[in-house]
Amino acid sequence: MSRGSRAFISGNEAIAAGVRLARPHVIAAYPITPQTTVIERLAEMVADGNLAAEYLHVESEHSALSACIGASAVGARTFTASSSQGLLYMVECMHYASGGRFPVVMMNANRSVALPWNIYGDQRDSLSLLDSGWIQAYAEDAQESLDLVVQAFAIAEHPEVLTPVMVNLDGFVLTHTYELVNVPDQVDVDAFLPPFQTTNKMDPERPMSLGFTAGPQHNQAFKQLQHLSMLSAGRVIRETEERFGQLFGRNYPGLVDAFLCEDAEYVIVTLGSVAGTVRPVVDRLRSMGERVGLLRIRYMRPFPELEIRDALAGTKAVGVLEKDISFGYEGTVFTNVNSALTRAGAKPPRLLNFIGGLGGKDISVTDIEALFSRLKASDAGETVTFI
Amino acid sequence: MVNSSKKRLSIRELSEREFFYGHKACPGCGGSLAVRLALKVLGERSYAVVPAGCMSAVGFIFPQMGFACNAIISTFPGTASMLSGVAAGARALGHENVHAVGFAGDGGTADIGFQALSGAIDRHDKIIYICYDNEAYMNTGVQKSSLTPVGARTTTSPVGQRLRGAVTGKKPMFEIVAAHGIDYAATASVGYPMDFIRKVEHASRVEGTSYIHVFAPCPTGWGHETSETIAVAKDAVDCGLLYLAEYVDGRFLLNHDPGEFASVREYLLRQGRFRHFSEEEIASVTVQRDAGWQRIRRDWKS
Repeated sequence: MSRGSRAFISGNEAIAAGVRLARPHVIAAYPITPQTTVIERLAEMVADGNLAAEYLHVESEHSALSACIGASAVGARTFTASSSQGLLYMVECMHYASGGRFPVVMMNANRSVALPWNIYGDQRDSLSLLDSGWIQAYAEDAQESLDLVVQAFAIAEHPEVLTPVMVNLDGFVLTHTYELVNVPDQVDVDAFLPPFQTTNKMDPERPMSLGFTAGPQHNQAFKQLQHLSMLSAGRVIRETEERFGQLFGRNYPGLVDAFLCEDAEYVIVTLGSVAGTVRPVVDRLRSMGERVGLLRIRYMRPFPELEIRDALAGTKAVGVLEKDISFGYEGTVFTNVNSALTRAGAKPPRLLNFIGGLGGKDISVTDIEALFSRLKASDAGETVTFI
Repeated sequence: MVNSSKKRLSIRELSEREFFYGHKACPGCGGSLAVRLALKVLGERSYAVVPAGCMSAVGFIFPQMGFACNAIISTFPGTASMLSGVAAGARALGHENVHAVGFAGDGGTADIGFQALSGAIDRHDKIIYICYDNEAYMNTGVQKSSLTPVGARTTTSPVGQRLRGAVTGKKPMFEIVAAHGIDYAATASVGYPMDFIRKVEHASRVEGTSYIHVFAPCPTGWGHETSETIAVAKDAVDCGLLYLAEYVDGRFLLNHDPGEFASVREYLLRQGRFRHFSEEEIASVTVQRDAGWQRIRRDWKS
């Protein structure tokens, strides 16, 4: 069981601490609020000699991920971090990394997307990239951020997965909030995360062409393999968390975190740090005898279809609360949850979609209580509402 | 800084091995010749990074790979940044005696890849960036780039009633990269292969960023016979529209002064893309050439 040390650090600093323990060979990053303190702490570690990584001061996010892909293509472990506009600027490279099966790990500070300009948190940046072929994890607190980023390397580099991972932290609410965090010892992380080994690399002793063209005859086969690998990531994530739990004593519940959902009639489904606001409301309503629950989605890709279906079985009404809107329809998380429940064949519960927190708009305990009231009301009104 | 511990390569020592062959480049392709020659110098422990463009389109069609060394297609804007990553990764993993070399076209270098190139030079990353300049976006069908010469006919700078070919001239890439304080830069032409080979060999010993701008005719896009590639590439130097130079230790060095220039008129009119030129337009090109050479001969060491 891990000893580790206790540190009072922010979500971003927890990410930096986790990345240091993962011993990346190459870090390439470009600053953007509210990601900056991740790359500042990493730069300090490199400057102080506490992290033996090549740190590339690239001139853009596109180059940050492009450089990580290049380093990964020679077999190096790589990390980058971004947010919002920066994430969108590297989108071309995101598809490139996943299609080339380069297991880059990236931290994304969830932030609103311009216009209007706004530096505060919502999840429209990462959720608009669900189809980029990256595994997407969403952290609730600083400890989970550190643990997720360490696990992310193990998951991304797993030979059955070989898929990049994005670890998402809500901008400011999580990236800049200080919490007490257990920072594992290096020796334990070394045991958990051995050096990156892959055959998908340019080896000076065994020359190979990567990143090639595949015409209509072959292209789809590569895409299908990529899809199968992403699907198998679900199992690898659970195995990785189990191994992590044995070594570090912190157990994670897989792709979803179901809180008091077993007998729940009314459940709020959400992701990220807002779960921390829903949790005490669930506790309070439970103490009043109400059968309510919280389902926090920890991984949006691969999508935990079965876990969601199991957790929500027997519910009367479910509200998907998300900091996202796909203009002209509904929230993307809602679309995914709705699909998971509909695919089951059985009659799904009544489903409502609550859009909130856009551009950092506060979601309060009172708001959450009102949402549970909406779920219980016989006439719930429109399916999609902004709170 | 140049690592001078190794001796210079002579033509007799140039590898007989081929590292770029079996590809689908057009007959007479100057770009593929530049890649072939450079890899003969740099050898099997090279990582070739090739962005979207002609060389990647002809060299990497699964399952037929045209590179015998390690090679990878980069994103179109990402040649230099991927090279930086390759070099950093190789260094971190302790791979020695390797070369991270990029082969990007003029559009991939002077337009979409310019920002990443500037960043890599700024970091003095140990990479060799080779721009094969065929003066337009050839892979997509001969569209104008910022290295298309003024007046040249391309599919997006057609010769019409109102506009006669490209309305702007070439970005001075060699001088732009030199202005960064780059560790080594050079111009070259596939028409002068030994000069090009020598420059690649020099770049291989530079402890920092090298940039070689190699002039590489494209018969398909330029409208000349496929057998004339070398002659056209040589002619460009001889008529003074292209200079062979280096930027070493912070100084410009002119490698070759043709003295009396060959005919600009002949160079232009042997190519379809310039065949619409009037005598005045030819004279205008000549005037610009002379002004450029006046400055070069005055300021650069020869």
